[in-house]
Amino acid sequence: MKTHVFDAVIVGAGGAGLMAALYASRGANVAVVSKLYPTRSHTGTAQGGIGAALGNLEEDRWEWHAYDTVKGSDYLADQDAVDVLCKEAIETVIELEHMGLPFDRLPNGRISQRRFGGHTNNETGKPVMRACHAADRTGHMILQTLYQQCIKNRVNFFDEFHVVDLLRAGDAVRGIIAYEIATGELHVFHSKAVLFATGGWGRCWDVTSNAHSLTGDGTAICLRNGVPLQDMEFFQFHPTGIYKLGILITEGVRGEGGILLNGKGERFMEKYAPTIKDLASRDVVSRAIFLEIQAGRGINGQNYVHLDVTPETVNKYLAEAGETRRVDRAYIESKLPDIADFARTYLGVDPVEEPMPIQPTAHYAMGGIPTDLDGRVILGAQKQVLNGLYAAGECACVSVHGANRLGTNSLVDLVVFGRRAGRHIAEYCQGADQGRLATGTGDAVYGDLERIRNGSGGVKPYTLRRRMQQTMTDNVGVFRTEATMSKAVEDLRELRHDYQTKLQIDDKGKTYNTDLLEAWELGCLLELAEVTAVAACARQESRGGHAREDFPERDDERYLMHSLAAPDGRGGYTLEYKPVVMGRYEPKKRVY
Amino acid sequence: MQAKLRIRRFNPETDKKPWWGEYTLDEVLRTDTVLDLLHRVKWEQDGTLTLRRSCAHGVCGSDAMRINGANALACKTLVKELGVKNDVVKIQVEPILGLTVEKDLLVDMEPFFDHYRSVMPYFVTDTPVPADGRERLQSPEDRARFDDTTKCILCAACTTSCPSFWADGRYVGPAAIVQAHRFIFDSRDEAAGERLDVLADTFGVWRCRTIFNCTNACPREIKVTEAIAEVKMAITSGRV
Repeated sequence: MKTHVFDAVIVGAGGAGLMAALYASRGANVAVVSKLYPTRSHTGTAQGGIGAALGNLEEDRWEWHAYDTVKGSDYLADQDAVDVLCKEAIETVIELEHMGLPFDRLPNGRISQRRFGGHTNNETGKPVMRACHAADRTGHMILQTLYQQCIKNRVNFFDEFHVVDLLRAGDAVRGIIAYEIATGELHVFHSKAVLFATGGWGRCWDVTSNAHSLTGDGTAICLRNGVPLQDMEFFQFHPTGIYKLGILITEGVRGEGGILLNGKGERFMEKYAPTIKDLASRDVVSRAIFLEIQAGRGINGQNYVHLDVTPETVNKYLAEAGETRRVDRAYIESKLPDIADFARTYLGVDPVEEPMPIQPTAHYAMGGIPTDLDGRVILGAQKQVLNGLYAAGECACVSVHGANRLGTNSLVDLVVFGRRAGRHIAEYCQGADQGRLATGTGDAVYGDLERIRNGSGGVKPYTLRRRMQQTMTDNVGVFRTEATMSKAVEDLRELRHDYQTKLQIDDKGKTYNTDLLEAWELGCLLELAEVTAVAACARQESRGGHAREDFPERDDERYLMHSLAAPDGRGGYTLEYKPVVMGRYEPKKRVY
Repeated sequence: MQAKLRIRRFNPETDKKPWWGEYTLDEVLRTDTVLDLLHRVKWEQDGTLTLRRSCAHGVCGSDAMRINGANALACKTLVKELGVKNDVVKIQVEPILGLTVEKDLLVDMEPFFDHYRSVMPYFVTDTPVPADGRERLQSPEDRARFDDTTKCILCAACTTSCPSFWADGRYVGPAAIVQAHRFIFDSRDEAAGERLDVLADTFGVWRCRTIFNCTNACPREIKVTEAIAEVKMAITSGRV
């Protein structure tokens, strides 16, 4: 095994990883290790905008952004973290502009902003223009800009190195093990600090907006190395995925005036969110769509509704709302070019002429690796810091999203907490000891990989993956009950057993063995799916993205708490809970 | 419907030279993408089939390949576009040309990214940030000047469709020029001159013979040839 020595290793090269790399590199020798070329990272698919109370078009305050975030989280977010998020959002967005990010501009030359779900003027309750955007490819521009800056600043990249294990020595870390995809060799990255920025695990579900590569590797590796995972029951279903495909259609469509319509042509969100209607929080809108479909009011009685951004419809409702603004084809094309392209390519629908068929799609992990405000990983209800281990971005849980993330806040999270973690890593590495590697480093994971390579049980990874995705979609979706979630846990136990005993892959080689790596990734997904189902089953209330038919109300007495899931030593998972950090905002009923 | 796929295969560990693998898939939909079909081959029939892919909706730029003779993203090419006849679609898939094949549809991207890095693909300015701590100002018109080239996802479909690049891999290629264009025409940037010097060199823009393959290949519909022409104009006129 080849050994590389660095101060810090950053795993994952999306927005959080690259932002952390830029800052950590200022004071430490850093390697960025990613299974993808950095520009392939999923940050690049984020569309509609990054929220920051710049107030470029109308009055706005970071405190309003903070309240919206806490309300959106169904009061499960830690309010100290939310304050940091929303306050630092402003300077971080400005910093991105200073790095050259090509935001859309207003006539006065300032950054353009648009409306987005759940973002309001707290005094009027009306939607506020807070989402800073570069057309509908804001994430693409963030990813490109950060990668460009990393090139400029000569950050070290190890592209297409797939991280497969963490090296932990008691209360500190010693680095990671990575599999070089081109050669099949394992490499040791011996470091004082490790940051996981490996993104989400939407591939646990059948219909998802997530890339094939979003398999929760870093999160699963942490779980295997003694880090209890936080709030795993909260996974966001984005209301507007392309029917059957799950490809995301940004909330920015509704921010620009798009309307959701059921099979009867009714603007049904008026019933569910009388004040901000189609711009309610994502969990609220996804449930509304589900209920409309369940009541037979899908389009032609099918499992989808329409998202209508044709100028005719948009202008009708703008007029109805007493707004003077009107849109035309050119405006929609300029503000939503990629959406128009997706709809034309994958649906054969021109969104300027016809409505788009949409359904909720598995989108974002609110839970994950628990961290403090500097991205340091904290263990258990006592919040003990694990020295040198960091996490940021979707894989982490600070927690700023609580039970439901507001649109745009994922991008804010990446850059704000990626930056804080990067700064802290630079500082930590100055004083920390490199430590020694234990003998036999990497042997365990080598054994795991060889077991997969040599498995002869006759079951292809694809078969198991499809069964997992089916049970998660059927049983741990927008609405859940004790019965469905127990069924999922049972199915997942069986699948994990089959994974251990029956797996067989075709490719036994060393060179670019993606068959082997997909099978390894499936192991991560199976564990995270089961943790999700177990944590969901234990939470007997409905909150944010976790909606139970058998416990339809939020229960602050029992569950205004973060869950922490860890292996129980018998092949399953056990839960404990820790309090939410409260602040200015007391829990109240959530009405939009 | 049925799909008959002919896929260029090569495994350096077992094959002396590339060969064609033939695969038949049933129950194919007109709306399936070529990536869907390649996944079905890999997952259901032969796990050794190797390709890069990630987002599966034309944004990450991983899966550029040569499909029925033309460069495209596998995830953005639908069966219905490939000439369905008598309920059968025939699809030939090869790796993009001009870069070394590492295995099956997967090529060595390092020379491509080397060219990318050679054009200073990052924002450069010595002007201090505004004293009020806010964003630099830019008019919508100035922003619009380089909008098209900000869409580039570095998939290499353009560069590997270019006969000039096939002829000599030292040519920086359309993608690198597109990336340079994005900064050269950004009113906030101050390194246009240095980039134009790089691109005026032997392996810069003058290797472009205006063949338009790049423009046809671009899955983001960037007007690549036009962007290259604007860079040529800037070099000859000395004005951006």
